Amino acid sequence: MKKVKVATVWLDGCSGCHMSLLDMDAAIISLGRKIDIVYGPLVDAQEFPEDVDVTLVEGAVSSQDDLNKIQKIRQRTHVLISLGDCAVTGNVPAMRNSIPVNKLLQRIYVDGADERKLVPTDRVPVLLKQARPLREFVKVDFCVPGCPPPAKTILGLITDLLEGRKPDANQPVKFG
Amino acid sequence: MAQKKLSIRIDGQLISAEEGQTILQAAKANGKYIPTLCALDGLTPVGACRVCLVEVSGVDRLFPACTTPIQDGMSVTTNSPRLTRYRRISVELLLIERNHVCAVCVSNGHCELQSMATAFGINTVEFAYNYPKLSLDTSHPRFVLDHNRCILCTRCVRVCAELEGAHVWDLTSRGIHARIVSEMNEKWGQATSCTSCGKCVQACPTGALAEKGWAVEEMVKNLGTVTTLVHRRGVEV
Repeated sequence: MKKVKVATVWLDGCSGCHMSLLDMDAAIISLGRKIDIVYGPLVDAQEFPEDVDVTLVEGAVSSQDDLNKIQKIRQRTHVLISLGDCAVTGNVPAMRNSIPVNKLLQRIYVDGADERKLVPTDRVPVLLKQARPLREFVKVDFCVPGCPPPAKTILGLITDLLEGRKPDANQPVKFG
Repeated sequence: MAQKKLSIRIDGQLISAEEGQTILQAAKANGKYIPTLCALDGLTPVGACRVCLVEVSGVDRLFPACTTPIQDGMSVTTNSPRLTRYRRISVELLLIERNHVCAVCVSNGHCELQSMATAFGINTVEFAYNYPKLSLDTSHPRFVLDHNRCILCTRCVRVCAELEGAHVWDLTSRGIHARIVSEMNEKWGQATSCTSCGKCVQACPTGALAEKGWAVEEMVKNLGTVTTLVHRRGVEV
């Protein structure tokens, strides 16, 4: 049987959702027999491949780089999933949203720094005005809230998709 | 003289209720569940949250069950696809209006708004988040007011005015600018009428009012302290 191509993406989040994904104990072994992780922080691929079946996205869209990535990913993936509160609601990364970006950078890199008081401009992505949920930029097929979503929920979702079922709408969901 | 009995139907079931009761009271007395957020036993209902909307036969618009008095022969529907949709929208609008960052909230796991979202199966909202800039009042020695988490249910206003008799809290401004204020928009710590009884904190359904010193997930509200008092005072629930 052809393995299902799964990608994971880490935008503006803490990697906790990825930790939760890895936290499914022995189930991850049998899952590994059915899927190929083709892109993400857990593997080496540098370029997001074409024709990915399922992509799990952790984190809010917070920088121009995030935005470029997610638009490309949307074009190259069949089922796009917002994984966790940051991707679904903005969550903690969005707590900066009422502060103008220049004031934010000034506070962190100048006022808050002991040395080299300088806002970085080189080789770091430009921040968007606000960190916002995925759904506000691209079409999202499923949302799994939680901070992080429980491993069981993530496993249930992937299993449903692998077996060609619509993910169970009755599965309990909880923000936070 | 005994209260006049009225006959109404709730979800088709014939019910005998007392004149003056609201749809919510009649439903509760007969074991029918209607979801609520702003309603609290013993406090005057205000119909702020719109979660208890019900259908009344023959009328096209929806009614909040908590403030609508029953009428003889009234037929009420408490559950329908239309109601589910409107109730869900009401909760979604509460979620997007302010900054309900459950992950870092003292009331995470003990929040009535959060559990209502779970009960309605809300896994995302269909509106754009508002992300307003809101303040925190930490001036009270024991309690804190976080406008980010406030849903303007006014339970605090009512419990303070009606049970404690202090009336520290009130609402100022309108619409999206509406805020809970203590006294004449003073800092809570400077509010001389506040008895520091903490009823507002226990009555608050979210993390908007909390005791100081608790971290994320640690603020467990005890609604019982409020409702027990209501019963002791013989206030009709």
